Amino acid sequence: MDGNLNALTTVFTEFYYWVTVVFMFLIHVGFCMYEVGASRHRNHMHTLMKNIMIIPLVTVTFFFFGWWIYWSFPNFPFFGGLNHDAGAANLPWSENMGTNLSDRITGVFWAAFLLFSWTAASIVSGAVIERIRSSALWVHAVMIGSVFWIIDAAWGWHAEGWMVKYLGYHDAYASGVIHAIAGGYALGVIMVLGPRLGKFAADGTPRDIPPHNPWMLTIGIFLIYSGFWGFYAACNIPAISPEGIGGLLTGETWTATNIYLAPTSLSAITFNFLMSLSGGLMAAYVVSKGDAFWTFSGGLAGIITASAGNDLYHPIQAMLVGAVGVVIVYKLHYWVERTFKIDDAVGAVAVHGYSGIVGLIIAGFLLWGAPSSPYEGYATVNPVGQTIGAVIMFFVLGFLPAFVISKMQAAAGVLRIPLEVELQGLDYAEHHAYEDAKAEIIAADKAALNGGTVPAE
Amino acid sequence: MSTIGYDSWAVDLAEVGAVYPFQGSEGLMVVLGVAFWIGWHRIQFVREGAHLDKAKEMGDKEKISALLEKY
Repeated sequence: MDGNLNALTTVFTEFYYWVTVVFMFLIHVGFCMYEVGASRHRNHMHTLMKNIMIIPLVTVTFFFFGWWIYWSFPNFPFFGGLNHDAGAANLPWSENMGTNLSDRITGVFWAAFLLFSWTAASIVSGAVIERIRSSALWVHAVMIGSVFWIIDAAWGWHAEGWMVKYLGYHDAYASGVIHAIAGGYALGVIMVLGPRLGKFAADGTPRDIPPHNPWMLTIGIFLIYSGFWGFYAACNIPAISPEGIGGLLTGETWTATNIYLAPTSLSAITFNFLMSLSGGLMAAYVVSKGDAFWTFSGGLAGIITASAGNDLYHPIQAMLVGAVGVVIVYKLHYWVERTFKIDDAVGAVAVHGYSGIVGLIIAGFLLWGAPSSPYEGYATVNPVGQTIGAVIMFFVLGFLPAFVISKMQAAAGVLRIPLEVELQGLDYAEHHAYEDAKAEIIAADKAALNGGTVPAE
Repeated sequence: MSTIGYDSWAVDLAEVGAVYPFQGSEGLMVVLGVAFWIGWHRIQFVREGAHLDKAKEMGDKEKISALLEKY
């Protein structure tokens, strides 16, 4: 770190990402609360454990190979080979991947991406509650969290990604690279997994399975909103000079940039985060006729729909994009549920997947002709590139691998829990020692109450 | 042609101001935004009124009594 300005910028950047990582932890807390609130009493511990164990499994695999994929795959396999130089610096045995006083950024940057990985896996986890085997979900968590989302990030969320270069793909706050892919992946799994018992009547009419604890859901989604602030900040480079970018920018003015190193500001994304949240909440309240959970999820869907272009939108545009997206997503959710008998337990495919697709396509029109990159020779943003990008995210890297892996798991008999266990509840089946201990102590207390044996003190 | 007024970042940022799409249409955007806001209140007022009218006819003394007990 030569010179005070360089030192200050480096330490500021290091601290900046560290703060975003701590904020983003709230997303995972929120997802856990949401899933547990949405599940029934007899499945609580299993539901919670299923989501908690995503943290270590995705973390270690992202350390072993996920981070290497991001740096090696921007043009692989269709537009060039692996980038061995960039990849080598991010292999688990590289000196950069450890305590290293000449590299203060890799650790926090890796962690910011890792928290996105947890989110992608956690989105899938919500859709499959109360009937998937943990072992099956944890394989999916590693695949989406440390393989497929990070391939899409290398292709479409990297300054040198081929989708950015040739399609003009623009997805500043991850409508597609996190949400569309995770929604598509969740759809691929639940199409094979099937609905929960009782979800559909004999004539195919869907039944509502109400959450056991609406307050947990509410607090959960508010925590997800809070963590989303951190996510937005983490998608930016906080301060960089034109010389540091090394592209077409001239002059001496430093700027914050999006992940593509194109200029934006924290102020812009703060405007747009709040306005798209508000547009989503208002539209969801109207379209769902005041349904609490759709309204809250609509806030999230509003942000997700506007996220692709929230580095550049005007706040009113962000609000209207969020609102329009939510109406489409809500209608699509129920149409898919009725038509294909899909049980998306928490609306994850809709709120993340459909919002992501809609957001990408809208951004293609609203930002038509805007530069996708500060470097020369890149395609500008356009509706065709954004639509192709949406298909790659949702279907090619999301739905398709999830469907194939789930089919393999189903064929091996390791995807879904047995019918008997689904009926009696996963907690009793897997935590019977806890249930037995509880039953025994309750019986002992009742015996004491009725004048029986008093326990020794 | 670009909706944000720039089709390349070959610029000096010291000379760049607004970069949102459709600059010059801020007035129209405000009109659309306000219409969305006012429209929302209108829909909500009408729906809530209709809901409360319907709800007041649904009262069953026994059920209400049970709800009062439930606190």
